[in-house]
Amino acid sequence: MKIILTALILITFSISIQVLPASAANKPPEKGETLPLINLPVPKNAEERNYLGLSGGGLFKIPQIKACAVIVELFSMYCPFCQKDAPRVNELYRLIESNPVLKNKIKLIGIGVGNSPYEVGVFKKTYDIPFPLFPDKDFVIHKVCGEVRTPYYMIVRMNEDGTHQIVHTQLGNYPGAEPFLEVVLKASGLK
Amino acid sequence: MNKKRVLHFILITGVLFLSVLTPVAFGLSDAYKGNIYEIGTLKPIDSVLRVKVGDRAPEFSLPSISEQKVSLSQFLGKKNVVISFVPAAWTPVCSDQWPGYNVAKDIFSQYDAILLGITVDNIPTLFAWTNQMGQVWFPVLSDFWPHGAVAKRYGVLRSNGVSERALFVIDKKGILRYIDVHDINKRPPLEDLMGALEKLK
Repeated sequence: MKIILTALILITFSISIQVLPASAANKPPEKGETLPLINLPVPKNAEERNYLGLSGGGLFKIPQIKACAVIVELFSMYCPFCQKDAPRVNELYRLIESNPVLKNKIKLIGIGVGNSPYEVGVFKKTYDIPFPLFPDKDFVIHKVCGEVRTPYYMIVRMNEDGTHQIVHTQLGNYPGAEPFLEVVLKASGLK
Repeated sequence: MNKKRVLHFILITGVLFLSVLTPVAFGLSDAYKGNIYEIGTLKPIDSVLRVKVGDRAPEFSLPSISEQKVSLSQFLGKKNVVISFVPAAWTPVCSDQWPGYNVAKDIFSQYDAILLGITVDNIPTLFAWTNQMGQVWFPVLSDFWPHGAVAKRYGVLRSNGVSERALFVIDKKGILRYIDVHDINKRPPLEDLMGALEKLK
């Protein structure tokens, strides 16, 4: 009887740590919330590390990026809308980087859900993407983000006290660089 | 001994329970809106291959969405051929696989390879589905009638009449050089296919 009880406890515990977090994220991250737990590798490329204001190696969390606001695009190399948006999202990056006031305040990253490093590399090369992209080969990030469809855009505001908040999300419907930058500025309080 | 059996039973039940509760993930594009038919998790492979690496690839001639018939033999001596069987139009994993090959067009060219996409759907269905993808650069062929005949010849026709998610690489001499009958629930990683093409060089 003792063995049965121990086994049941173990199974329950194992379900609670493995299944419940996935089922807890039964919806995408939304405005007003904080980001789910997303660990990303510090880029090996020095230019990308500098862009994000990171140093060293290992893992980092999005709020550690040195910026007032971070735009996160959940994309997939296999997603037709992400492919279509890619050149216009590059424009957004260039628009921000060419503005001396904004360039150190707003950063842009992409996370390739279900994409291997090779697949993310193909996407980056095909569309000549200038900002950092990260693979999520085993859908780990996709799961904590409620298995959202792609492309999914999140604007995250970094507060002065070290906390952060998602201030805008949208599924697809990317309106182009200038209108989206307006959304970023308004949502993050930079305007 | 009894206690051991009970413990084993509980542990196995637990593992099965967890595997059932943990769904197969796929990253679906918003391009398809609500038009993708959810099929759940299927038996990974449900057919027996009838060809092997080193065999001459069985010839076929199938109608394409551009209304022209495409035969395997027309690429003999000219192009390496990648055949991508996908199970069905308007289903989750399939709807993302071919748009990825769209992005990889340059890599296929680099290996002097043509891609032939095949499903057992009929031409109008394939036409509508690939239009929703934003069109694809490679021929899309219908193995609808006689139903699944080519898939059956290669040994990738499942018992419910759809094909496996399978990749075949055929060299310019018409010889099968790579076969990946993939778990139907998962997308084959692009690097595996490109690694196979690299070996043809």
